[in-house]
Amino acid sequence: MTRALTSDARRALHDAGFSRRTFLKGSGALIVTFGVVGVADRVSGVFAQGFNGTGSTRLDSWIAIATDGTVTAYTGKCDFGQGLYTAQMQLVAEELCVPLSRVRLIQCDTSMTPDQGTTSGQQSHPTNFNHTNLALAAATARETLIKLASARLGTAPADLVAKDGTVSVRATPSRNVDYGSLVGGKTFEVQLDPQAKRRHPREWTVLGTAVPRVDMRALAMGTFEFVHNVTVPGMLHGRVVRPPSPGAAVMGVDEASVRDVPGLVKVVVKGNFVGVVAEKPWHATQAAARLKVNWSTGAPLPPQRDIYQQIRKEPSADTLLVDSGDVDATLKSAATVVRATYQHPYQMHGSIGSSCAVADVQADKATLWSATQSAYPTRNTTAAILGMKPDTVRVIYTRGAGCYGINGADTVSYDAAILSQAVGKPVRVQLSRKDEMAWENYGNLFTIDQRVGLDSSGMIVAWDYEAWSAAKGGRPGYNTPGNVVTGTLLGLNPAPFNPRTPAPPPTMPLNNGSNTAPSYIAGRVRDSQNGAGVVRSERVLSHRVRSPFFTGPLRAPERLQNTFAHECFMDEVAVHVKADPVAYRLRHLNHARLSEAIRTAAKTANWQARPSPRPGIRNTGVASGRGIACVCYEGDNGYVAMVAEVDVNQDTGQLRVTRLVVAQDSGPISNPDGMRNQIEGGALQGMSRALGEAVTWDDEKVTSIDWRTYRSLPVGFAVPKIETVLINQTDEEACGSGETSITVVSAAIGNAIFDATGARIREVPFTPERVKAALAART
Amino acid sequence: MSVLTLRVNGRARSIDVDPATPLLYVLSDDLALRGPKFGCGLGQCGACTVIANGEAIRSCVTPVSSVTSAEITTLEGLGTAERPHAIQQAFIDEQAAQCGFCLSGVILTAKAFLDKNPRATDDQIQQALSGVLCRCFGNVRMFNAIRRYAKGVTA
Repeated sequence: MTRALTSDARRALHDAGFSRRTFLKGSGALIVTFGVVGVADRVSGVFAQGFNGTGSTRLDSWIAIATDGTVTAYTGKCDFGQGLYTAQMQLVAEELCVPLSRVRLIQCDTSMTPDQGTTSGQQSHPTNFNHTNLALAAATARETLIKLASARLGTAPADLVAKDGTVSVRATPSRNVDYGSLVGGKTFEVQLDPQAKRRHPREWTVLGTAVPRVDMRALAMGTFEFVHNVTVPGMLHGRVVRPPSPGAAVMGVDEASVRDVPGLVKVVVKGNFVGVVAEKPWHATQAAARLKVNWSTGAPLPPQRDIYQQIRKEPSADTLLVDSGDVDATLKSAATVVRATYQHPYQMHGSIGSSCAVADVQADKATLWSATQSAYPTRNTTAAILGMKPDTVRVIYTRGAGCYGINGADTVSYDAAILSQAVGKPVRVQLSRKDEMAWENYGNLFTIDQRVGLDSSGMIVAWDYEAWSAAKGGRPGYNTPGNVVTGTLLGLNPAPFNPRTPAPPPTMPLNNGSNTAPSYIAGRVRDSQNGAGVVRSERVLSHRVRSPFFTGPLRAPERLQNTFAHECFMDEVAVHVKADPVAYRLRHLNHARLSEAIRTAAKTANWQARPSPRPGIRNTGVASGRGIACVCYEGDNGYVAMVAEVDVNQDTGQLRVTRLVVAQDSGPISNPDGMRNQIEGGALQGMSRALGEAVTWDDEKVTSIDWRTYRSLPVGFAVPKIETVLINQTDEEACGSGETSITVVSAAIGNAIFDATGARIREVPFTPERVKAALAART
Repeated sequence: MSVLTLRVNGRARSIDVDPATPLLYVLSDDLALRGPKFGCGLGQCGACTVIANGEAIRSCVTPVSSVTSAEITTLEGLGTAERPHAIQQAFIDEQAAQCGFCLSGVILTAKAFLDKNPRATDDQIQQALSGVLCRCFGNVRMFNAIRRYAKGVTA
């Protein structure tokens, strides 16, 4: 059943360019995974957010046990600060019945870990903590160990118990055998067993508890190794020189302009890609600043003040998610029709550390230390731009600053690879603040028209959603490096844009992965009904137009923009019929878990049932109010409701959010403290986005290029009191919790502003000027 | 290029650099320290913060030649692996980080401020951190950690 090292593993290690011996010494365990073939065709859309790769059906790709009983697990889902590393260690410890201290975890290294695509879209919990992938591997390993022990001890598996890395006879625990003796240093050679039984949350002793993060000490001590700290012998330092504006092309490069910069090694020009390599980072910074490049004039940018009107006029790719066919007729016969339009700007990931990567490209192999969320896809696209085969490139995920989606990590990986190849030496590249902010893949700009018809009792009988959003590029996936700036500068195109009007009628059951559909519609397509609500006359129509800027997944991509429009609008409708916003939502829902989250949040917030706005509003001074918003994140990946309380200074337009109450159901909870940390951070990040963040540009270039021109709330702002209520659903599937609270916070605040003042703000961000304008427009 | 001597984390270090080089580049590249980090290079975010003669300064906009007579402390110089500094321990106890890239700015700015103002109010601490960014928004835990440390200082 076991043998030393499979031939494909040996081959993979050889191809990855380092010896098996290194592995064995370094990990104390056998490593048996390998490049996966045939995945390049499997990328779905450019905007695919939760792509989970092919994984592996082989236990040895996931779990290895050393002779001393140490368990090494291999995961394709990485930790970028969300606590997933610790949570995955807990999962492995729990399923394998070993103490946490005996678990080691290797994440996202294309020479060692399974291809799990991209770590994103709060998909890691659904993917690795249910009945597939890492969780199933760990359960299969435990059952396999029990089977091996059964043969060794001559006792039926049912009479054995695994505990603390040892399998014992239940009745006579002195008869036992430890894991190291059973399989240590050898492979399992079994397939993942879909019947392997997960330990039920009732039995959990490690998973489900607030285990402190294993990386926290090194972070606080300043000793943690970020990708920014990676050094390789002989490493040089690169910087890139980006165009002054989108569409500008290289007309000439004056290398003499940097001839006297000390330490300069090379100026690299490939198409419109320009970079410098020098001995030290300071030399590279100076060379990049001084290099004279003659750029052509770029394409003119559409005026920012008109952008929401402009995108309605562009050729568009149209999608109908739901169309019951009777919406126009129902609206026509409705007692009342309510309508409103919402606008959401481009926003940035704005990582606090500008992106960095280290590449060591040699003639026949390349190694890349990258903070990409997509180790395998980045391996393939990097190989493509280097003209190498994917299996000669090794991507080693190394954490960067928090990314919140596709920040500059992928593009800077290409930058480092190109520069390293040009000089034949390892090169580290870190982007400047402006390089990061002017060229990243922004969260999409949206304008959304909402319309409902009401019957005479005030119930919604028809819901009509129509949105226009702007997009270009996105995650590169396995084969589209042109989806980020460096790829485009190298001459590779972003994924093609194919206008399509009108949209074909929907045929597939509603997949509400981008929360395009509001929670209150039935979501009927043919015989299916996937919505969370009761409104049966329903239409959800999206128009996608070409963006002048790169766009891509930004924490709660599209889900946040859509939810802002849905949840503010639901509030407006409730106002129209003078209903309590909580009760009105519950009346239109057909979803027990979301309803429970709403009730829990309202109860915790001591919500007083009454319509908005609050009675007795005066038009000056500070006014207080409360608002609620909720969502079934991605349709079925976490259920959250939030109550926000705000003070609005009606004289200055300044907002102070005083309290946020969040109730969240993400299935069985892996680590309650980690989950709270995500909810708190998401809520405040969402507040920053709601109150102040927007990408700006003039007629030729992006003008939000640093922290003065792109406003993030600092550590020292008046933080609201945050109360999180975790709803632990131990008999449900595990869902994510990284993107839930951020999805609802802008709507909850917007609704609270209305409750306080009677002024409705339909555009993010809620700047003091915008708040004052809305207050002035009150009738 | 010229040879300069710095005192970093209690040790004298000689380096041969362009005197205009920002201190951060010397700490990160020449001295291979991991605490201070390049966030913006503009003195706007705080990720590069170090303490020089008791003041929290932005090392990304500080020429190395201007701090040759200073006692410089980076995040890793505050405590040791065995004995973290009390404010570091407070951050560990409160699990007060997500990605952790900002911690030099948050911890060292708070420490330098509280060392001078041990009885600072919450509003004053908040004001002291109004120029420091954390894009994961770990604010709630960070404030809890800072309060926990402040309590210890005044106890």
